[in-house]
Amino acid sequence: MNISLVMFVVFIAITLGITYWASRRSTGSAAYFAASRQIKGWQNGIAVAGDYMSAASFLGIAGIIAFQGYDGFLYSVGWLVAYLTVLLVIAEPLRNAGKYTMADVLAYRLKPRPVRGMASVSTLAVSTFYMIAQMVGAGALVKLLLGNMVTYNQAVIAVGILMIVYVVFGGMLATTWVQIVKAVLLMAGTILLSILVMAHFHFSFGQFFGAVGQVTYHDAKGAVVVKDFLTPGLRYKPPYGPLDLISLGLALVFGTAGLPHILVRFYTVPDAKTARHSVVWAMALIGSFYIMTTFLGFGAATIVGPDFIKGHGGTNMSAPLLAQALAGDVFFAFISSIAFATILAVVAGLTISATTSFSHDFWTNVIHNGVERKPGEEVLVARISAFVVGAVAIGIAILLGPTANVAFLVALAFAVAASANLPVIVLSIFWRRFNTAGAVMGLAVGLMGSIGLIMVSPSVMGIDPPTLTGTARHLIQAKAWFPLENPGILSIPLGFVGAIVGTLLSSEPTSQAKFNELLVRSNTGLGAEKATAH
Amino acid sequence: MANGARNMEIATPPQQPEQGQSVWDRIASSREFKDLMATKRSFIVPAFIFFVIYYFALPVLVGYAPQLMGTKVMGPVNLAYLFALSQFFVAWIIAGLYVKAANNFDRLSQDILDKTNKGGNKQ
Repeated sequence: MNISLVMFVVFIAITLGITYWASRRSTGSAAYFAASRQIKGWQNGIAVAGDYMSAASFLGIAGIIAFQGYDGFLYSVGWLVAYLTVLLVIAEPLRNAGKYTMADVLAYRLKPRPVRGMASVSTLAVSTFYMIAQMVGAGALVKLLLGNMVTYNQAVIAVGILMIVYVVFGGMLATTWVQIVKAVLLMAGTILLSILVMAHFHFSFGQFFGAVGQVTYHDAKGAVVVKDFLTPGLRYKPPYGPLDLISLGLALVFGTAGLPHILVRFYTVPDAKTARHSVVWAMALIGSFYIMTTFLGFGAATIVGPDFIKGHGGTNMSAPLLAQALAGDVFFAFISSIAFATILAVVAGLTISATTSFSHDFWTNVIHNGVERKPGEEVLVARISAFVVGAVAIGIAILLGPTANVAFLVALAFAVAASANLPVIVLSIFWRRFNTAGAVMGLAVGLMGSIGLIMVSPSVMGIDPPTLTGTARHLIQAKAWFPLENPGILSIPLGFVGAIVGTLLSSEPTSQAKFNELLVRSNTGLGAEKATAH
Repeated sequence: MANGARNMEIATPPQQPEQGQSVWDRIASSREFKDLMATKRSFIVPAFIFFVIYYFALPVLVGYAPQLMGTKVMGPVNLAYLFALSQFFVAWIIAGLYVKAANNFDRLSQDILDKTNKGGNKQ
């Protein structure tokens, strides 16, 4: 039997055990949506890291560095620094003033129905984009790992069913522990790989970076080239490269603080102080992980080589292939199953944030005016919507197929989060004059602006030669209208402008009158949601 | 449960005609709360501005001054990599300083909470 399969079955068994345990522990909305707010700071920190370090981090970054060197490492930097925005601006006010979703904070001073409705749309958009990218990645990965034992469609369906099971039966408590198990596994695997890479270079940084300075491979035309992979500019080339890099930085640094699946994690801890500590724990883990992408990515470039990776599954297989080259098939299976666990955990986190927003914001508050018609309705609706979200994600992932170019979906998730969610959260906490029209317009302009710009960007539009097939092919065969891959530099200001213009065009005295309430609540924790006993 | 009841009281601001102000407005205009906000601002604003400038210096320099950033400073290691690596440590240091400063915020907001809750019990 395949070793990868065995390891993966073990991981699934552990997570199902967690789900069973969680499902028996407690009932009620606060338990289901926020794990009774009893998660400890360090636990939530690890879970935030687990929610955040997706397949894009582990497989994607290692791949980009292995092929384009230094420029890939810039993603790593942005993904950590982003947490300073979360720490300094978002985490504590959100925990103090909210209940289950980011819309709770908006709904304090603004008219709840339009604001929650719009915030729910934006949450579902971000979660869906992110989720589909993960599902397609999972399917493709399993196909590579298990070869002809499992097809792409079967893999996608399996991931979808597992994520539905975690979320429907285990709620936030199970999701949290799945994240923790995955984060610990991922860190262990990454540390092991890094040590093995350095052992390969006799633990000499001089030798390691010396090798990184002369990576040899065949370019697109088949000529042998030797490149210094520490040199910037292998990916982001003039004329638009530098601007794209800044735009990416903006989307990462301001997008993370608007990602619904990260924001909901701060409701699982008892108070704002614990939320703060969990961000610090997350930063310690996430930072260490992203520093180690140096060894993963450059290790794959120097030890395995871009040529070999290209012929054995492509960029995303860089980290597993590095493991194979360093320590053989068992380690390859171990690293591959960690990658799969990573995807499963992230998908579960995305599902619970999407279902929470749908049932709490949309069902209870928009459709039924904030009243649960009978006890437990909110949780029931969330469970049903988990089935729907799962089915939709499975359907779209199967429709797109294993060769779809989905990298832009993750960029899109960050861009929407930065351009739609962040401006309205920040303005509602800091700007007295802010009102409902501003929030709805900010969310709408940020959402449509970032989606629109990505649709006409080089991520989606481009002219490929007919010989090019599969993943590399652009969705729309025409010259891109917008020159940047990442729209952040334009769409984030658009989101702010939309929110500000919408506010100035209308007047809402109640929103200004209630500003002091939100100000006091978010800064002191007065009246904040408490942890509940079992 | 006692806690919950008290919070409910606060959540629905009593309409007191002689004061014309809700509990929230009263706290917001108190000296203690203004102190808390000023203390928070004096750390968060400079820290935020510093990290944004320090972080965006990286893509700007890498993008527009690649020659300079390509300078080898430690054997084969160039300025670009060291600057990128420094971002991690700077982020950790800012986070550490924030946690230290936030102990102060916690103390100030606890004072406000204590005072408010005492006032609430008297009513």
